[in-house]
Amino acid sequence: MTEYEILRLVWWAVLGVLLIGIAVMDGFDMGSAILLPFVGRTDMERRIVINTVGPVWEGNQVWLILGGGAIFAAWPAIYAVAFSGFYLAMLLLLLSLILRPVGFKYRSKLDGTNWRLAWDVALFLGGLVPALVFGVAFGNVLQGVPFRFDDTMRMTYEGSLFGLFNPFALLCGLVSVAMLTMHGATWLACKTEGAVQMRAQRAALLAALVLAVLFILGGIWAANLDGYVLQSFAGVDAASNPLNKQVGRAAGALMANYQAMPVTVAAPVLGVAGALVTAWLASLGRLRVLAWVSSALAIAGVIATAGVSLFPFLLPSSLDPVSSLMVWDASSSAMTLLVMTIATVIFLPIVLAYTGWVYRVLRGPVTAADIEADPHTSY
Amino acid sequence: MSVVELSRLQFGLTAMYHFLFVPLTLGLSILLAIMESIYVTTGRTIWRDMTRFWGVLFGINFALGVATGLTMEFEFGTNWAYYAHYVGDIFGAPLAIEGLMAFFLEATFIGMFFFGWNKLSRAQHLGATVLMALGTNLSALWILIANGWMQYPVGARFNVATMRMEITDFWAVVFNPVAQAKFVHTVSAGYVTGSMFVLSVSAFYLLRGRYRGLAVRSITVAASFGLASALSVVVLGDESGYMASLNQKMKVAAIEAMWQTQPAPASFTVIGIPNIQTHETDAAIHVPWVMGLIATRSISQPVEGIDNLVSEAELRIKSGMIAYGAMETLRRHPDDATARTAFDAHVNDLGYALLLKRYTPTVTNAGEDQIAAAALDTIPPVLPLFFSFRLMVLLGFYFIVLFGTMFVLASRREVEHYRWLLHVCLWSLPLPWIAAELGWVVAEVGRQPWTIDGVLPTFLSVSSVPAVDVWISIAGFVLFYSVLACVEVFLMVRTIRRGPENEPHPARPGLRAVAAE
Repeated sequence: MTEYEILRLVWWAVLGVLLIGIAVMDGFDMGSAILLPFVGRTDMERRIVINTVGPVWEGNQVWLILGGGAIFAAWPAIYAVAFSGFYLAMLLLLLSLILRPVGFKYRSKLDGTNWRLAWDVALFLGGLVPALVFGVAFGNVLQGVPFRFDDTMRMTYEGSLFGLFNPFALLCGLVSVAMLTMHGATWLACKTEGAVQMRAQRAALLAALVLAVLFILGGIWAANLDGYVLQSFAGVDAASNPLNKQVGRAAGALMANYQAMPVTVAAPVLGVAGALVTAWLASLGRLRVLAWVSSALAIAGVIATAGVSLFPFLLPSSLDPVSSLMVWDASSSAMTLLVMTIATVIFLPIVLAYTGWVYRVLRGPVTAADIEADPHTSY
Repeated sequence: MSVVELSRLQFGLTAMYHFLFVPLTLGLSILLAIMESIYVTTGRTIWRDMTRFWGVLFGINFALGVATGLTMEFEFGTNWAYYAHYVGDIFGAPLAIEGLMAFFLEATFIGMFFFGWNKLSRAQHLGATVLMALGTNLSALWILIANGWMQYPVGARFNVATMRMEITDFWAVVFNPVAQAKFVHTVSAGYVTGSMFVLSVSAFYLLRGRYRGLAVRSITVAASFGLASALSVVVLGDESGYMASLNQKMKVAAIEAMWQTQPAPASFTVIGIPNIQTHETDAAIHVPWVMGLIATRSISQPVEGIDNLVSEAELRIKSGMIAYGAMETLRRHPDDATARTAFDAHVNDLGYALLLKRYTPTVTNAGEDQIAAAALDTIPPVLPLFFSFRLMVLLGFYFIVLFGTMFVLASRREVEHYRWLLHVCLWSLPLPWIAAELGWVVAEVGRQPWTIDGVLPTFLSVSSVPAVDVWISIAGFVLFYSVLACVEVFLMVRTIRRGPENEPHPARPGLRAVAAE
């Protein structure tokens, strides 16, 4: 293996880790926001829900920002095609993501019922819309996206916003919503007490079962979809130019990697098993931290399944399969990948260390007494 | 309007809006760290109350800074996809490292700043505040490394095989002298903004006779930090100007409306009315020597004028056409040695040939008149640059005078003796924001017609999206951002009126202040 090939594989894995990081860390904030109107009936209960994520949502959101930055740096062609191709969907995502920070921060600054209700709706949408759009985006990537490159590497996209919301993509969107709702529910079960905790556990049980069912359904559907097959290409360490390859389409191609390398079946198995274990632990009403961990593992399994099914593709083109972007022709130069690897190896452990410290400082449930003790700083 | 114009409009609007929140975050984060350090070293609780009070305002501002910052990161992909592909190999890395090294630090510890008062020891909490401030400033460093590379693209080279710029020297990108000068200039401007904010709000309290203890101490901190920052912003602004004169000669010439090259040392035009038709500046007042000294730091080197730079651009376009032709050959025959030699000799002018794409898509067949038109395109809009720059500099000197005066008064404990000066402080509140936005205009409008100076023209950088989609997104941002701006200002004003929590509101405004004398 050459250095460039290894670096590309490393960044394929890092991309997966970052997406899992977004879903696990930012995901429980979004899940909590989705659950806000349902597990919090009174204003105080809602404040408790919001304050469980209050001190950490800013840090969690950096996973999303880092994810965007890392795709830009390591996979610039993916960044260019996905962000401009999904233009209006990205706008929808962005506007809903903007609602979250201001919603958390501003909701409890005033006492008015309408003011707080408006922000509750904003927070609910700020959790639901990103969860849905992420899933729908994955659903489209699995099916291929209608774009092509010309010989100056200018990309044109020939789809529409409504085309993105096709049945398979919507199913993936629901998988994503169920997944983040489950994850938010396991978080709230850890960080609250009493009625809110009971409702959160019921929500975790329900969402985990829905996730398991929808994910299996999605797998069966995906097995019958047309996938993409790499017929010839310039090599695993060739310059990143997507136009130097031949790509065909075949039914069931998304399953090819599992047949060629049976160990990869671990990914979907983890997704289903993680969801079922989460459901079981939620019904027990004990071992709540373990439920959060198994929920995080389920998320890792679901996202890894998408990555393994597509490999070596990252973003196939349905319009012009030759333009498809894959691990071997959509990356940055070897030097950029190396610099980014060194930066990640140095800084990511530091980030994980102080993030861990913060969660240790904040351990224990959030109660009404905590909020009453400090009504102005609390959200 | 075309997609290019719409995308520029949207980027300008969202960037300038985002930049309303960033300078205050930069400045207040440091001021909070200073105030809390005094609390921890002296143990006097008023300094803790000050930290908490200014911290609440910091938080309201920070939420919108984060929210609007997301837009900026998305927009390079959504609206400038060709740019993202063309330079992502270099431009993406500082953005990603910013997230890893700086923004994680800032965002994680801001949670501790607000929620850690009862959970952390004094020293631990101060540590969290300092790390938050450090993260904020490091974040600015990496963003300006990315921006500095747009102004002065070092350490990279065009690769024919991938049709994009690729990095050759990462350290050259990091230690880009333009980026370093811009970093210190920009964070200093942020410190000035934070200091002015604290100064103005405190002046408001003194005028109302409220929260005197907090206000007087806040003014002392803000005036001294503000004075140091205002001096730094002007000195480093000069450094920025010197760097630009070495690398972005056209930008400097346009800012000065210097149409013709003057014999050294060039004079500085204090004010005048640049005429873009005749290439003259009407009613100009000149100061001899000054421009030559600022731009070249010598009295013997000439400063090049716009007309000369346009002639140079013509030569570079012609050289770029050779590179472009060789590139076309190399794409078909990668081993063609003659084409490779020609390409390597002219690759630095490839970007200038791309300017021709507006007139002829094939580039290599361009006629003299098309070359002349493309060369004229290299002149950025002179009028906005000329006036924005002058107003910004004027404000910079005003900040030095105001902070200097308040610093002297604060050290003599006479801040409250001159009510008219407190009014001046109060009404000066918007000025640092105006100066910061003008600075953005000078730096980024001055970069036109390029997104990457000399490498990639703006009109080629856009995504291939329908104009109607960009209209929709502009409408969405204008609507969203207007509502959020109203909410933010409302909450800010309300928090300021309510004042710090722990200080009792005096029954009769003014009396307590007088009694305390």
